[in-house]
Amino acid sequence: MPSQAVLTADQRPAPRYVEDVIRAAVILTMFWGIAAFLVGVVIAAQLVWPQLSFDSPYLTFGRLRPLHTSAAIFAFGGTALIGTAFHVVQRTCRARLFGGEPLAWFVLLGYQFFIVAAALGYLFGITQSKEYAEPEWFVDLWLTIVWVAYLIAYVGTVMKREEPHIYVANWFYLAFIITIAMLHIVNNLAMPVSITGTKSYGAWSGVQDAMIQWWYGHNAVGFFLTAAFLGMMYYYIPKAANRPVYSYRLSIIHFWSLVFLYIWAGPHHLHYTSLPDWAQTLGMAFSVMLWMPSWGGMINGLMTLSGAWDKLRTDPGLRFSVTAVGFYGMSTFEGPVMSIKAVNSLSHYTDWTIGHVHSGALGWVAFIVFGTLYYLVPKMWNRPAMWSTRMISWHYWIATIGIVLYITAMWVSGIMQGLMWRAYDELGFLQYSFVETVAAMHPFYLIRLLGGVCFLSGGLIMAYNMWRTIRTETETLATHNQPALAA
Amino acid sequence: MFIRHETIEKNVILMLVLTLITVSIGGLVQIIPLFTVETTIERVDGMRPYTPLELMGRNVYIREGCYLCHSQQIRPFKDEVERYGHYSLAAESMYDKPFQWGSKRTGPDLARVGGRYSNDWHVAHLVSPRAVVPESVMPAYPFLANKPLDYSDIAQHLRTLRSVGTPYTDEMIANARADLEAQVDPDRDPTAMQKRYPRAPVAKFNGETSTITEMDALVAYLQMLGTLVQFGDIPPDRLKQ
Repeated sequence: MPSQAVLTADQRPAPRYVEDVIRAAVILTMFWGIAAFLVGVVIAAQLVWPQLSFDSPYLTFGRLRPLHTSAAIFAFGGTALIGTAFHVVQRTCRARLFGGEPLAWFVLLGYQFFIVAAALGYLFGITQSKEYAEPEWFVDLWLTIVWVAYLIAYVGTVMKREEPHIYVANWFYLAFIITIAMLHIVNNLAMPVSITGTKSYGAWSGVQDAMIQWWYGHNAVGFFLTAAFLGMMYYYIPKAANRPVYSYRLSIIHFWSLVFLYIWAGPHHLHYTSLPDWAQTLGMAFSVMLWMPSWGGMINGLMTLSGAWDKLRTDPGLRFSVTAVGFYGMSTFEGPVMSIKAVNSLSHYTDWTIGHVHSGALGWVAFIVFGTLYYLVPKMWNRPAMWSTRMISWHYWIATIGIVLYITAMWVSGIMQGLMWRAYDELGFLQYSFVETVAAMHPFYLIRLLGGVCFLSGGLIMAYNMWRTIRTETETLATHNQPALAA
Repeated sequence: MFIRHETIEKNVILMLVLTLITVSIGGLVQIIPLFTVETTIERVDGMRPYTPLELMGRNVYIREGCYLCHSQQIRPFKDEVERYGHYSLAAESMYDKPFQWGSKRTGPDLARVGGRYSNDWHVAHLVSPRAVVPESVMPAYPFLANKPLDYSDIAQHLRTLRSVGTPYTDEMIANARADLEAQVDPDRDPTAMQKRYPRAPVAKFNGETSTITEMDALVAYLQMLGTLVQFGDIPPDRLKQ
């Protein structure tokens, strides 16, 4: 039963929310999603037909791969997070965004500028060659400024909230913003060769650099791709299902244990390397422990559907979000398994890692974004629903088939690769030369490409559906849907 | 002592501070000791900063994102040691900014590729990988072979590296340009350069051109990878971390 205080708060008129920026973020998210999937398809094709780099310096795998990962993580994921963070924080705090339109536009457009600067840099070979932290010093500095503005807008809004409690989704968004700031600054400390040049040398070297990089890298996964998207889950799934979050107590335990444990997991990227054993063992132990809060989050998300499971039949948008939580559960189980040193000795350096990343990135991150956008687009543009529900269903199935093709191909090729590297013949010699293992990958790279094409096609279907939903207003909604909305 | 969670939920600054403390612990415990425990980097002889030419070659390697397909980290497994050589030491990447251990082997590990193939092989392979290894999926890098190496600010590169901890001496910085040119010109006397940078190979690495190209620098870098530490001379206990 809602208390009297809540009722009065609800009866007050909602503040005038900042919404244009969110609409822009929604469209940009879709744009970057397509871009990321497309570049992914291109580099997958290059591994099948290496001639596709056309001897050009700008089209080599080494330059396009960071373009793909940054487009997926930072452009597609990051823009979705900025847009939804601004949406969620205003609604759950019943407060207009701190700093209003100007600050919000600065954050969104400043972030887009960061993306474009980073992407152009990769094509021209301006890179630190630190995985997921490729942008050079001047791009890093700019991102720091934008990020501080993001933090100010977010915290400022929470501080002027009308609701007494800070809703759980905001905890995750806050943890994401503050932790990414810490990781970004420490990992990217560098000295430029010249203030007018692009090249810099980092503050860290060798084994310490490796540890700091994977402390950063794993928690880019942990906080950018997990905590923040859990914030999305905690708002949009209850909203779309019209059910409260399953367990408040579980969200508290899940939140604090997740943010505490995640940060320790980095060394599992460095098993059996020159990183001292004690650090590897710590990384492994905490990675295995991390399974528990991860599944705590999954259970909280899935059980929110209890009593509303029938909605999955009628609302394919919600189906995306729920499947996303399922994939989250799967990849957060696979991750701890792969962090066990014995398993890692086989899986590391192989395509298994790539498959694992994509079950998280496509299955969890992209799917929860799709589910959220299918909820958000009609809300933001005042439409009764998406233009075509059938197209959402088509998108769902074609994307799911794409993921399944992708990750199964990578499981098979990864495990095969790992086994071939360590195979001995009956005379005690290594059975395969390296290049024989490369040749053996060929059919699986083709299947992976097919999976990627499916996923990209789904994205294009979504973009078309979105465009029709938004555009329909001028033609029909003005005459047909307006009375319905008024009633 | 026990804080009700409600208190945290109602105070965003408190929540931020507690979150920041919570997420700091793991990193502090794992990172700080790597700087303070002396055995983290094995006490072996032979390591030196990169020669100016190798450094420029390494920068080409970084620019092209080679690490995305090639690791530089041999794990202590029988098959890896047989395939690639002695397992990698932390000491061997002590001057690497950034480290290039990598996380994926679409191509083979390169930690000890130095000296395994001839300079001409490397040039031919980089220009057209499938002409040398038909099954290869590596992109071709023909543009490196005729692109002049820009080393006008080489001394500034060394100076910058020194400011972030790489032990380049005044002498090394003063001779940076000359050392770079000496390493790629077999007709010059390399004694002074090799005194500053022991075991630095000297050759016109890219035999296709007379000018100093990016290919020269990259091949010079590849040819020194994993060659500095002489494992025969090291008692096993000095390899303990």
